[in-house]
Amino acid sequence: MIPEIGHFALILALCVAVVQGILPIYGAAVGNSALMAVAKPAARGQFFLVLTAFGCLAYAFAEKDFSVLYVAATSNSQLPLHYRLAAIWGAHEGSLLLWTFILTIWMFAVTLFSAHLPESTRSRILGVMGLVSIGFLLFMLTVSNPFERLIPAAAEGRDLNPLLQDPGMVIHPPMLYMGYVGFSVAFAFAIAALLGGNLDAAWARWSRPWTTVAWCFLTVGIAMGSGWAYYELGWGGWWFWDPVENASFMPWLAGTALVHSLAVTDKRGGFKVWTVLLAIMAFSLSLLGTFLVRSGVLTSVHAFATDPKRGMFILVFLAVVIGGSLALYAWRAPRVGLGGSFASVSREGMLLANNVLLVAAMGSVLLGTLYPLFLDALDLGKISVGPPYFDSVFVPLMAPAIFLMGIGPLAQWKKTSVPDLTKRLRWAFGVSVVTAITLPIAMGNWTPLLSLGLLLAIWIITTAVVSLRERLTHVTGDSLMGRLASVPRSYWGMIVAHCGIAVFIVGVTMVKGFETEKDVRMNVGETATINDYTFRFDGAQDVVGPNYTAARGSFSVSRDGREATVLYPEKRRYTAQNQIMTEAAIDPGLLRDLYVSLGEPLDDGAWSVRLYHKPFIDWIWGGCFIMALGGVLAISDRRYRIAWRRQEQDVPASNRAARRKVA
Amino acid sequence: MNRFLLPLSIFIVVLVFLGIGLKLNPREIPSPLVGKAAPDFSQPQLLEPTKVFSPADMKGKVWLLNFWASWCSGCKTEHPVLMDLAKSGEVPIYGMDYKDQRDEAMTWLSRWGNPYPVVGVDDAGRVGINYGVYGVPETYVIDKQGVIQYKQIGPLDPETVEKKIIPLVKQLEAQ
Amino acid sequence: MNIKWIALIGLLFLSGPVWAGEARPLTDDPASEARLKHLAVELRCLVCQNQTLADSNAPLAEDLRREVREMIAKNMSDQEIIEFLTARYGDFVLYRPPLKASTTLLWVGPFLLVIVGATALIITLRRRAGKVVDVPVTEDEHRRVEQLLAEGGKRP
Repeated sequence: MIPEIGHFALILALCVAVVQGILPIYGAAVGNSALMAVAKPAARGQFFLVLTAFGCLAYAFAEKDFSVLYVAATSNSQLPLHYRLAAIWGAHEGSLLLWTFILTIWMFAVTLFSAHLPESTRSRILGVMGLVSIGFLLFMLTVSNPFERLIPAAAEGRDLNPLLQDPGMVIHPPMLYMGYVGFSVAFAFAIAALLGGNLDAAWARWSRPWTTVAWCFLTVGIAMGSGWAYYELGWGGWWFWDPVENASFMPWLAGTALVHSLAVTDKRGGFKVWTVLLAIMAFSLSLLGTFLVRSGVLTSVHAFATDPKRGMFILVFLAVVIGGSLALYAWRAPRVGLGGSFASVSREGMLLANNVLLVAAMGSVLLGTLYPLFLDALDLGKISVGPPYFDSVFVPLMAPAIFLMGIGPLAQWKKTSVPDLTKRLRWAFGVSVVTAITLPIAMGNWTPLLSLGLLLAIWIITTAVVSLRERLTHVTGDSLMGRLASVPRSYWGMIVAHCGIAVFIVGVTMVKGFETEKDVRMNVGETATINDYTFRFDGAQDVVGPNYTAARGSFSVSRDGREATVLYPEKRRYTAQNQIMTEAAIDPGLLRDLYVSLGEPLDDGAWSVRLYHKPFIDWIWGGCFIMALGGVLAISDRRYRIAWRRQEQDVPASNRAARRKVA
Repeated sequence: MNRFLLPLSIFIVVLVFLGIGLKLNPREIPSPLVGKAAPDFSQPQLLEPTKVFSPADMKGKVWLLNFWASWCSGCKTEHPVLMDLAKSGEVPIYGMDYKDQRDEAMTWLSRWGNPYPVVGVDDAGRVGINYGVYGVPETYVIDKQGVIQYKQIGPLDPETVEKKIIPLVKQLEAQ
Repeated sequence: MNIKWIALIGLLFLSGPVWAGEARPLTDDPASEARLKHLAVELRCLVCQNQTLADSNAPLAEDLRREVREMIAKNMSDQEIIEFLTARYGDFVLYRPPLKASTTLLWVGPFLLVIVGATALIITLRRRAGKVVDVPVTEDEHRRVEQLLAEGGKRP
């Protein structure tokens, strides 16, 4: 009965979505406020309906209702409750429900925080989100119904893929989807503005915090996925440029470009057309990612079970949503004004240059991801495009972008003088170059890439210091603390996010340059030493988990004769599907991770063991969290909250006159 | 051209490719060996281990080389198709028992029937590697000069046999 | 008989008390293993979804690693080893696609994107500079705006 309620709630949600997608947009076009008023209750109603459906599926999982096909396919009676709940998004149908649910959460949030928006804008935004929602609800109800019954019911479920039975998997997909779907808000704002023809600085100010929030979620979501791959897949890697990873990285690149371009549109009224395109692009790439993962057109480590019918559905959906919005863009964008003027060498110019590099990087990832498909479709053979390609293409594209990242915050809006910039950045540049060359030599392994990585990281930090120091001389305050406090949060947000990139780069560079790995055959009592850490194998024991049995190795790690830690890597056998999983044991640390994974049992109690010493690896994810923290700081700026309340004064008439375009 | 139409045009191109991509199988990797001489080998025979099986024995004949194993589920699916083809006498199918246990392979053949006049044994998977096998079953059509003319990846089905294998064999026979 | 006993005792002694030994590397020849690893991380496992030959545990990957080990032992160059593999499995096994007519766009594309992007940027900025008329903002006003922005939070 409960699953039927969920199914019915989805059908009702579809009806509401149709109403929400049509009436308010039509109302806004003809100026009928009764029709426009439908948007808010419809969005909220849809939220509660999808919430109901989501709750029903959660209930089916909690109650082990194996008469629901999806529940039987992705869980098992021995699976612990938290993993049964995480199994809601463990496969295609349920993750689609999560997608839709999160879309309605964002809709609900828009209804809460849009009181200051003009009615026509708000109804257009919610209308566009309703239209997107129609697609996903239809998709579920036609070819991917999570509530489909299995009659007769299965006696036992097939179990969740053991790879996904991991705490990281409980939170990674919701975070990632919050990011993907969060871009739908910026997208809806952009489409609404194109429809209404009111692409102004106010539009940018409204979209900015929404985009930043989505970007933060996406950043954290990707970082968590990468961390999960690191400790769960057992090969110690953290990024493989797999199509699924690329599918999440492309919207991130477009979203990063969008966050920056929105800053210009907000502050200077410029780049409007470009910003709109980026908003469309960021969300389109999220949708494209959904297609790539679920259609089976590309082979990937973590692709969903594929079905050509589903692929066809999403393809048509893509064609309608992306094609439609790009057509609208082509139609309306030429009439958009230009905004304030600026010289090529100015903060605007640099942000735009950075945008070009970010979008080129995004385009390269797209090219590399789809190229095997292109060749295959043209019958020109099958190729693989993997990490060596992306590494060699990505670094030269990102290096100049990061160089600009250091200069941008110091450049003035409108026009900046090159000699002046050079003067201000002299010592930052000197310090970066000298450190980047000498540090690797001091550490005993100089490679050009190592130096480049350190150069970029130190460059970001030193330029941030210069920028902060200059900033502090501009603000008033009695003490240093007082002056630090009076620097606006949005500025702190930028500095922190940029430093997050620096931390990330340090992590990547150090791991690539100084990682050590050892494959050994260890008998009980034998030791192996790696970077002054001595690992002693104390034998393996059989342990029984809730739904698996495992051999658990025990390794005492000591440094300079002192006991440091004990690590317990496991080799698990999940009983339901008889799958073997390698569960690595990691001792994380600020400066290094120790990583042990069990290979195969050899004769007389010995095991093949893989040991890693990975310096600075946690900085990779730490950097991502710092970036996201920067985003959080930026949106907590009080300027926004005041702007919410005084949006009418936001673009003063004098300013409008100042930025008027002369056609 | 209107530069605002550029994003839409790029998207349409990508969309067309994605559409074609839906019909393709990304896991099927075409063999570079088609059109090249079949790699030589000389392997012990499964049923008479003292004798060897080598493609050199097949010169002047059109034949199929089928890689299979008793542990392979696709081979079970394919098996009746091979039996029918063998019975029809259109073309001889030679087997290569790929990374298998001898006794299990013998049991498998005696239980389900043996479509092969001769079965070679590829214990270490070396012949498989030389033929670019990456998943059994795989079947090669080899012509009178010992050149590989076609490679079937995955189980043969009656339709492929009817529409591809038999016409190709007839054409090769006629040469 | 005696010699056998001595050998046996010697063997016991050499293998030593089990709690004190240094673990042996998995292979006898770490140098060629390192070379294998170096090669294998750029090679694709054919049966797996998307994994390198180095990471995969599939039987075929094990066989191919064995073949590569043997070729390394025979002192074959990286080039020869890669040719051995592509002759059998095609370019699909290479994670670094070779530069060919069909992959030119793949390798040139990213840099083309930057060049096209940069050119478009410069042209747009030039064209734009000609179109926009801006009321000059004095240095003084600019500073006032900065200050307002900085203090925005304090004013109710």
